[in-house]
Amino acid sequence: MNNATENKPVIVLRDVEKSFGQVKVLHGVSFEVQRGQVTVLIGRSGSGKSTALRCIDRLETVNAGYIEVCGHVVTDPALELRKLRLDVGIVFQSYNLFPHLTIGQNIMLAPRSVKNLPKTETVELARACLEQVGLGDKFDAYPEQLSGGQQQRAAIARSLAMQPKVMLFDEVTSALDPELTGEVLKVIERLAAGGMTMVIVTHEMNFARRIADQLVFMHQGKIWEKGPGAILDAPQTPELQRFAAQEL
Amino acid sequence: MVSSFGTIHIQFLLEGAVWTIILSACAFIGGGVMGLIIALMRISPVWTVRTFAAAYIQLVQGIPLLVLMFTGFFGLPAIGVPVSPLMAATISMTVWVGAYLGEFWRGSLEAVPKSQWEAAECLALSRAQRMFKVIIPQAVRNATPGTVGFMVQIIKNTSLASAVSFVDLTRAGQLINNSIFEPFITFVAVAVIYFLLCFPLSVLSRRLERRMARGMAKA
Ligand SMILES: Nc1ncnc2c1ncn2[C@@H]1O[C@H](COP(=O)(O)OP(=O)(O)OP(=O)(O)O)[C@@H](O)[C@H]1O
Ligand SMILES: [Mg+2]
Repeated sequence: MNNATENKPVIVLRDVEKSFGQVKVLHGVSFEVQRGQVTVLIGRSGSGKSTALRCIDRLETVNAGYIEVCGHVVTDPALELRKLRLDVGIVFQSYNLFPHLTIGQNIMLAPRSVKNLPKTETVELARACLEQVGLGDKFDAYPEQLSGGQQQRAAIARSLAMQPKVMLFDEVTSALDPELTGEVLKVIERLAAGGMTMVIVTHEMNFARRIADQLVFMHQGKIWEKGPGAILDAPQTPELQRFAAQEL
Repeated sequence: MVSSFGTIHIQFLLEGAVWTIILSACAFIGGGVMGLIIALMRISPVWTVRTFAAAYIQLVQGIPLLVLMFTGFFGLPAIGVPVSPLMAATISMTVWVGAYLGEFWRGSLEAVPKSQWEAAECLALSRAQRMFKVIIPQAVRNATPGTVGFMVQIIKNTSLASAVSFVDLTRAGQLINNSIFEPFITFVAVAVIYFLLCFPLSVLSRRLERRMARGMAKA
């Protein structure tokens, strides 16, 4: 790989605008994510973090601006969505495991039907992914038999099985009891250590500070500050100052 | 000479009941296929497809089943499509069941949370894969008690096929009564047989519903 491609950001958002009906939710959001970098979006409820994340995976279409992910121009209406989704994994607050399938089947579904991998290979893949999130013994369990933290880790394993180049996390611990939060965060931290490119929305400030290569503070649909985790300690804007004082 | 109601009549009624079951099964299979197609069309992203299915449902629900039966039995031959009474009744019932199950199953498909669609979409599954591997299996679970319950309606409504000279349980009762003039005992016997066909399905439907409700509470 030559230097030019290596230094090209994996994710680019440039002047992204998004409205729901009359309500403008994103006002010119711009940031970049380098390969292997962890970007954490923070901000108050309703500040547009989820919307920004969903735009990256084209779960929402933007009104203006430019988004590129792994070389796919997300804002191009002619984009082949399946190609984008092969490179991007996303995990939601509500896990969204398929309740009628076992954990193993949940994980094998996409590798089998989308990538047409042979069965034996997907079984091995699923087992490996479950090991990775510490659920090696839950292959045959149904989602409803697992705790919230286990379900969320299974959902992460399901995404990982598609071997995405980028992972997006939207408040993946917000539905969990505090004692289950840690096990999920640990999985994400291991991914970060393994060099996965990630964008994470979270309200866990200590986690954010620990894991972020780049912290992005959003407020009312705009980015007010971005930089290393240290921006939390020396906020430049009163908005971040107030937010940091409340959250830390 | 008027013979009174006896074993031979019961036997004749049971033969009619077999035809009632056959027609019900045909109606359920034909109507089930039709219903699935209509339900999928109803949630299509294409406006014309959606609207066509909606119009079909409205139209059929606005026509008495008996008129559909007449249309099948007398109408089809008149336009050059020869049909047996069983064929005519099956076609009419298919049209009718398809509309009701289509509407009911559309609701079951839409009751699967949107987040399930989204999760499947984010795993790069195609629309067909999302539908058949993620959404339909969950909708089937939700729809089973109601569908079993609707089978009772199907069985009862096959009695209208007696009007197009299909010898089902009802028609068998009419024929017996025409020969022995004992309407009370004859039609009570017919009623009892219908009840015995329908009651187990009603019980099963209610049981499934309760089991589902318990499952929900647990989840
Ligand atoms: N589908 C939608 N339709 C209409 N308005 C929406 C929709 N999704 C989000 N919004 C609005 O957009 C704004 C930003 O929402 P968003 O979910 O992106 O915020 P957030 O920063 O993720 O908040 P939270 O921390 O509560 O998850 C909110 O005012 C919200 O009400
Ligand atoms: Mg959010």
